[in-house]
Order: sequence, then C-alpha cells, then structure tokens
Amino acid sequence: MERRSHLSSNIPSSSQKAPFTAPPPNGGLAQYTGVWTENEVIHLLKRTMFGAARADINYFKGLTMQQSVDELLNPIAPLPDPPVKEYATPTNTTNSDGNIALGSSWVLDPNTDGTVNFYRQQSFKKWWMGVMVNQDRSIREKMTLFWHNHFSTETTVISNAQYIFKHHLLLRTYALGNFKALTRAVTIDPAMLVYLNGERNTKTAPDENYGRELQELFCCGKGPDSKYTEADVKAAAQVLSGWKNNSATITSSFDSTRHLTTDKTFSAFYNNTVIKGRTGATAGDQELDDFLNMIFATTEVAKYICRRLYRWFVYYDIDDAVETNIISPLADILRLNNYEIKPVLNTLLKSEHFFDVLARGCQIKSPVDLVVNMCREFNVAFQPSTDYLSNYGLYNYLVSSATNMQQSIGDPPDVSGWKAYYQAPQFYEVWINSDTLPKRNQFTDTMVQTGYTFNSKKMIVDGAEFAKTLPNPGDPNKLIDDICKIIFRIDISAASKTQLKTDILLGGQSTDFYWTDAWNLFISAPANVSNTTTVKNRIRDLLKYFMDLAEYQLA
Amino acid sequence: MKRRDFLHKAIPAGVMLPSLVSGFSFRAFSADSPIMQSLLLPVTETDHVFVIIQLNGGNDGLNMVVPIENFNNYVNARSNIYIPEKSLLALNGKVGLHPAMTGLSSLYNEGKLKVVQSVGYPQPSYSHFRATDIWMSASDSNTEVNSGWAGRYLNYEYPNFPNGYPNATMTDPLAIQIGSSTSLTLQGPAVSMGMSISNTSNFYNLINGVQDPSPNTPAGKELSFIRMVSQQTQKYATVIKAAANNTVQQVSYPTKNSLGDQLKIVARLIKGGLKTRIYMVNYGGFDTHSAQVDSVDNTKGNHANLLGNVSDAIKAFQDDLKFLGVEDRVVGMTFSEFGRRIKSNGSDGTDHGSAAPLFVFGKNVIGGVLGDTPTIPVTATVNDNLPFQYDFRSIYSTILANWLCVNDLDLQQIMLKNFQILPLVNAGGCKKAVNLSGDQLISNYPNPFVTSTVITFQTAGGHTLIQIMDTSGRVLANLTDKEYTAGTYTVVFDGSSLPAGVYYARLQNMAVQQVRPMLKVR
Repeated sequence: MERRSHLSSNIPSSSQKAPFTAPPPNGGLAQYTGVWTENEVIHLLKRTMFGAARADINYFKGLTMQQSVDELLNPIAPLPDPPVKEYATPTNTTNSDGNIALGSSWVLDPNTDGTVNFYRQQSFKKWWMGVMVNQDRSIREKMTLFWHNHFSTETTVISNAQYIFKHHLLLRTYALGNFKALTRAVTIDPAMLVYLNGERNTKTAPDENYGRELQELFCCGKGPDSKYTEADVKAAAQVLSGWKNNSATITSSFDSTRHLTTDKTFSAFYNNTVIKGRTGATAGDQELDDFLNMIFATTEVAKYICRRLYRWFVYYDIDDAVETNIISPLADILRLNNYEIKPVLNTLLKSEHFFDVLARGCQIKSPVDLVVNMCREFNVAFQPSTDYLSNYGLYNYLVSSATNMQQSIGDPPDVSGWKAYYQAPQFYEVWINSDTLPKRNQFTDTMVQTGYTFNSKKMIVDGAEFAKTLPNPGDPNKLIDDICKIIFRIDISAASKTQLKTDILLGGQSTDFYWTDAWNLFISAPANVSNTTTVKNRIRDLLKYFMDLAEYQLA
Repeated sequence: MKRRDFLHKAIPAGVMLPSLVSGFSFRAFSADSPIMQSLLLPVTETDHVFVIIQLNGGNDGLNMVVPIENFNNYVNARSNIYIPEKSLLALNGKVGLHPAMTGLSSLYNEGKLKVVQSVGYPQPSYSHFRATDIWMSASDSNTEVNSGWAGRYLNYEYPNFPNGYPNATMTDPLAIQIGSSTSLTLQGPAVSMGMSISNTSNFYNLINGVQDPSPNTPAGKELSFIRMVSQQTQKYATVIKAAANNTVQQVSYPTKNSLGDQLKIVARLIKGGLKTRIYMVNYGGFDTHSAQVDSVDNTKGNHANLLGNVSDAIKAFQDDLKFLGVEDRVVGMTFSEFGRRIKSNGSDGTDHGSAAPLFVFGKNVIGGVLGDTPTIPVTATVNDNLPFQYDFRSIYSTILANWLCVNDLDLQQIMLKNFQILPLVNAGGCKKAVNLSGDQLISNYPNPFVTSTVITFQTAGGHTLIQIMDTSGRVLANLTDKEYTAGTYTVVFDGSSLPAGVYYARLQNMAVQQVRPMLKVR
C-alpha cells in the first residue's frame, strides 16, 4: 500500500480518537538521497546520541549524511576513565576499603563487603550517568545502553561492584563490535555467571537459567520461527557446566571437574547437532565455541537482533512490510559480515527508511533519554572534572530522577530488560502512565525553575545562556522557532507560537521590539539586574511551558 | 449535585493537554485514592474570591478618569486627544468617566465601583517589563523580589503547597490564570501557586472533551497517547470540568470581547463551586503611543474601544455574578503597569507615564472616588508626570486584610512591609477560612525571630539541602547539604547579621522541595 498518500490525505481535522492505527515508516534500505538539512541532522542525532545539542547540529550540518553516519559509527574518543571512590570509607564493615583514596578508582580493588559494594554500585551508576551526559560525538553511549537492555543484568542481584563494572566495560568495549564475540564474552563474564547462576551450573547440579535465557532472550528470541526446545535448554546447561568465579581476582575460570563430559544432543531446530563431550582444561572453551557456532548458524539469531536494533533506533511496529524489506535484508547483512554490528547500523542509519518522514518523532523518550537529552540539548553546566564530588552528587539526582520514572540504569526490571522494547502492543507507551508522566513534568520543571543543588553547586537549565547559542535570540519569533526546531519533532501550531510570544516573551505587549530591546540590553549590560531578571525569567517560563507539552516526550 | 457521579464515570477519552498547563506539575490521583475520595465530601462554604484584571501596555488613566477640575489645563496638555467635557459620564462632579464606559458608570451609580486616584509608587519605572514585575511582585522600585504578592498570600493561606494538595479542605486550584503561563503575581517563594488555562478556546475544548488534532503518523499516534494520559493525570482537570458543568446558565456577555470571554469563564467556575481564591485575566493593547483617538472624534478610536470593552466586560461579569447568586463573594480590581504621560505626543498618542487611577469593583466594595483629582500644570511639558497619591501596595494590603482576611501580623510577611489600609471594601464579612496545611516538611521556631531561629525539617532520606534565601531569591547560606537517613532533624539559623525582613528557608530532598517564610524583626 502507498502509505505516503494515506498520510497526506488523512490529517484529522477535529476530535481524534486515540489511540489510532498509524502506518509504520516507508521505504527500504536503499541509501537515503533526500535533503540534508538541520531537520535530518536532528533526527539522526536524537536517535543515535542523547538529544541534538546545538554544537553537534552545527558540526554534522557541515558534513554529508554519509560522513555523519560514518563518524557516529566510528568513535575516536578513548573509553572513559573508570568510576572513582567518592563516598566516605564505610566503618564497621568486615572489609573497609580505606586502602582506596578518594578520587581513585575502586574497580580493580577486590572487595566483597556488602556495604562497600553498595556504595560502589551507586558510584558506578553516578559515573555512568556522567559518561552519558558528557558523551563523545558517537553512537557508543546509545549502543552501550542498548546492550545493557539486551543482556540485561541487575546490580542488586550481582552485588559485587567489581563484577558489575567489568561487565559494563565489556558491553562498552564491544558496543560496535561483533555480536557473536560479545555473546561469547558475556556467557563467561563473572557478573553474568552470578546473575543467571552459571557459576552454580555443575554436572551434579545443573542450572538451566543461563542456557534458557541465552536462547530465549539473547540469541534466538521468541519469534514464530524460533523453535528451540526444552531439551535444547537442558543440553545448553550441560555444555555450559563448570564455569565459576573468583572474587579475589575478579575473574571467571573453567573447572573441568564440575563439567559434564558426555555428548550433548540438540533438536531439529539446530539440525540435530551433537556437541561432543570434552574433558580437561580446554573442554569448556571448546564446547562453548561449538555451541555458539551451532546457535549462530541458524537464521533466527540475526533476525532477532536486527528486530531489537530496529526497535531501539527506529520504531517498535514491525509489520510484514518492515519484516520483509528491513529486518530480513539487515539480517542477511549481519550474517554475511560474521555478526559484525557496524555494517548493519551503517545500512540502517543511512537508509531511506530511517529518514522517512514517518520514522521521525515516533519514539517516546526513555527516562534516561529524557534526562540526558535535556542536559545536553540545553548545555546544562557541571563542575570541572576535578570536582568529582559535586558532579557525582548532581549525576545522582539524574540517576534517581530516571529511576523514579521507571528506568534505573544498572537495574532493569528483570532479565528481559525494559518492557518498552518488547512488550506488545504498548512498547514505548509503557514509559508513560499516570505516575510517570507527572514525574517527567516535575523533573523538567525543577531543572528549569530551581535547579538542583549539591555540595553548594547548582545544576540548572539556564535558558538565557542556551538562547545565546541560537542564531537570532533577539527576534522573539525566531527564538521560539529555533527552540522548537531542536526540542520538538512535531512542531506546535503557528497560533500557539504567536500566543506564547505575546503572553510570555512580550509580557502581553503587542510589538516585538520590547523583547528585542530587552534581549539587546541583556547582552550589552548583563549587570543590569532587573533587565537580566526579566529576560531570564521569560525564557525560563517559555522553556517550562514547552517541556510540559506532550510533544516534548517524543524523539 | 452530580459531582459524585461525574467523578466516578468520567475518564476523559481524547481530551487535550495544552488546555491546562499547571504552574507546577502535579501528581495524579486515581478515583480510589483518599484525595479523590475527599472530593466526594459535601462542598463546604466557599470563601471570598478576588479577581485581578491586568490591562497590558500602560493604560492612559487621564483619558479614562478625566479631571473636570483643572479641565482647561487638561485640554492644554492634550489638545489633540482630550475627551470633551460634555461627553463625560458623571462620577462625583470633580472627575468624569470616558464616554465609552457606560457599563462602569452604571456600576458606579449602584455603589459597586470604587475609583482610586493616582495609584503608583516612588521612583516609577517606565519599562513595561520592569514596571509589570514591580506591580506583580509588590517590590520597591529599586529591589528585585522573585515571588508575587498573591503567590505569597497563597503560600501563607495554603502552606506547604504542592505537598499534600489537593486535600479535604482544598480540593481545587489555589489560583487560576487565563494565559499561557502563570504570571509573577501567582509565583510563590519556590513554586507557582496557580495553574493556567492557556486560552478560552482551550477551556472549551477541555470541558467538551476535544483533543488537538495530531497527524496520522507513528509520531502522531504516540502524541495522542501521551496527551490522553496527560489529560487523565491533570490533577485539577476533573474538578474544573465538573465546576464548569455545574453552571448551566449565564447572562449574555459582549461578543468579540476577549476580556468578557475570560470573565465569563471565571464566573462559571466560581458559581460551579471551585474554592479557588484568586483568578487572573489579561487584556492587552493599551500601549497607545499613536492613534489613541479617532482623528475626527476624540471620544472614538483605539483607546475608546479598549475602555469600552473593559467596561462592557466588567458590567456583564458583575450582572452575571448577581444572576448566579454569587455576587457577595467576589471583588475585582484592574491594574496596568503604568499610566501615561500628562502631555500627549504628536502622533495622537501618549508615551509611558507613571501613576494612574484603577478600579475596584464588586457588591461589597465601598463605592465612590478615593483621592484628589490629579493636578495638571498650566503648561505641561513632555517630562511631566502625575505624582502618586496611593501606593499600589496599599490596595493589595487592603484586599488581603479586609477581603481575604489576613491578620495584621501575617500581612507584613506577605507584603514585606507595612502599608496604609484604604476604605475599599466592607470588612464585615471577613471570615478566616480554616484549611489543612498539607504536608509540612519544614518549619521554624520562633517566628518572627530576632537573632536566630531553629529550623526543623523532615527528610525522606538521601541527599538533603537546607538553604536560606532572601526575597530576591539569592542564596544567603546553605545550612546543611549532605546525606541523611529518613527522619526529622533541626538546624539553627543565625540571622543576627542580616537586616530585618522576610527570609525563606528552602528544603530540597531529591524530588521534593518546600519553602518556609520567616520574619526577622528587630
């Protein structure tokens, strides 16, 4: 069906019943050849980074679409420095970590004390939030969060903060790497061995937890063509028996004495493969390789992960046309490239489909996206990196705000990850309910009105400073247009803009020059307190109004 | 009444969001929550209501309330725009009303209109923005106050808002403004105390269940979904809808009169049972630098149309209040950020000036003209302005004391200083309302204090900050700024080095904040 004509002929004019059915985006994977304006740049940035910061828009506008995607997919920034100790050394513990100085990293310091690990988990979450807020100009942070959602683990279950960070580093290192290699590394990663009981999976007491989730959630999925069996789950557990952790060295290892050495037989879904039972120190690695080769030989794995990527970067609605025209060819590319992720993203992000007008603005921001996006699009200022104490405290407010909105980084609800990316038919709409939507508004209200103060340092959306980065903030019409362009994907009506200009920027006056004069005076005489207050308060009220609109929740 | 049925049945489907943008974002409550249950209690007697009409742009008071004493000087100063004496509507013989204001003239004759002459303040500002902020914050001309006078009043009347609101004694918005955002007038020491209805058509969309159109695209689908949830979670949407639907008939209002459209909504909500104390409406276009009058007939033209609309709207509103049986409960006032220059300019207009008359209206108003007729120089120059006779903050203080029933001790905390009380309204009907105070998380004792006071605060645990701010919002001290386990704590605030006046103690505990006003006295 020709969806584009459907769209243009069917804009409802009056009361529209919600929800209604809307067609998913158009177009295939052929490279996008349309215009490359700020609109397209902003779309690309909102999906591949957290928000479209004005400086990033300017930068990518100077490149071509191909160059932009290439650059986003090939980060040059080194991995961020690890989290540091920013908490007071707990007393009354079995193993206090007084050996680690404030400001030094704890990630390689083994410690199993519950209190210490609790502080370190919090330290890790604050650090991660800071990394996202200060992200490099690449897709790496969105992909790291993608893998965290995909290979979902919970800090409250893992407990050991050193394992938690090591696991996180793995996701970050492989963020744009090889899916099969990442799967292999995750399978014997200490945190995952704790989280899904791999360390307790032995020949005498098999634990099927990881063997099941590896197939159901990490590789094959639950699609109609994913036909692994209960017997396959049992056989997988046998293959994976024998791995264990060492908290003193923060590593895992294979213990052949705990490994079941018999042959493992799989179902027709895996072509009745028999994995030969091995003995000795290398048995675990050998059988794991055979096992992953078998799984990744199915066509289902590539389709499954491509659907996950599609729902992360484009939209959740995968109809037959999207399955045929997007998912299947992307899966072919993934298999052709031996499960390297980058060629898939390269094709998808440069495609007609990705840039289709129907693909724009249809994501509901996740809580993390809302929070980080707001900090980045409005250039919220933090302290110099030497003042990590203040920064970690401020990041903690962002972590806790996102948690209140039902997305706690490091702690998805369960092994399936966040419901917004798999729960049909709601998907993204899961994020928005009568509890979370007011919290979203309250968060943006606070950030634009009073800000948040920690350690005497304030974090606030400074609307007037933000306006200075726009092309023509002295013209109230352009100021409103330029703000809307960045923060909204569905523009508000011209009538609304006029009303907001009059009510807020002009304070009820009818001529634009009252705003222009006030703005010019603000620039030339910032020490004029009453005028500066006028300008700042009016932009503040405007931003608060904008961020309370439903449109602000879309990306 | 049908409110109970309404609340149980009505889950709005497809009602729009932007029609209601609260000054502060509110948590939503399901129909089963204790708070929503409290809405089902019998409606208690509603107290007094105050309606503020802002005339944006700087209204020309001299052509609105024209001096008959000194009439020749007036004509000399304004030879191109003066209003002829014979056309004036009679007031007290010393001044006359612009001929377009027949509605207000009849209210005057019924004793429902008070004209207060030459309202202003020392060292007036001629900037729209700054003068508006001064009027709304009730600050001195040379100080910045970042809260509004009505916001401070509401913070006093309903302490701890928004924590613990709505509650059994206050089910409704504290204040409602028609406009995109709540103005400085309604800004409390920390949060806005009011909510806004962005415009009149959005109000009707709300009560009629109409949602803004959104495109039939994936983005439009998600937008509609979010708007639907938003509508369901707007804490006050339901009570406003119910109040609007309680009022079935009103008198007719003038057409093509946006002030009348707004006041019609206000009357409807008051009659409908909202306990909202303050309403604020706006009417713009008073910045009449040129073509203020018709070049052939000075009694016609732009300013005449504006004044006619103001007069017609207020008259219809007052008639409607009487028709609806709520006339006893409502007093209103007009204000503009400044008056205009005595001498007219060469473009048949007037430039920014200072003091000007304003109106206080209502059945409980003491009718008449307050103050002397302004003196106009024999030969006015371009720099001449009217001196003020009454500080605008005397009007507010009088309304607070005699209409909104604030006691003397608290008045200074709201108005930041003491001001003269004027004979504007009959104080006899004043009954102090008894309200639940919401969740009090921060308090101080003693208050007022002389040198120091003990601040008691309650934290839910985690990072907790107590800071002291002055009325301009400057942070003077952070008394504590660290992690706490949940509980109640105290810190001492030593204000011995500070001048006497109002200070605020602000609690920030992750997503929660609350502000406590404190009065330092000598």
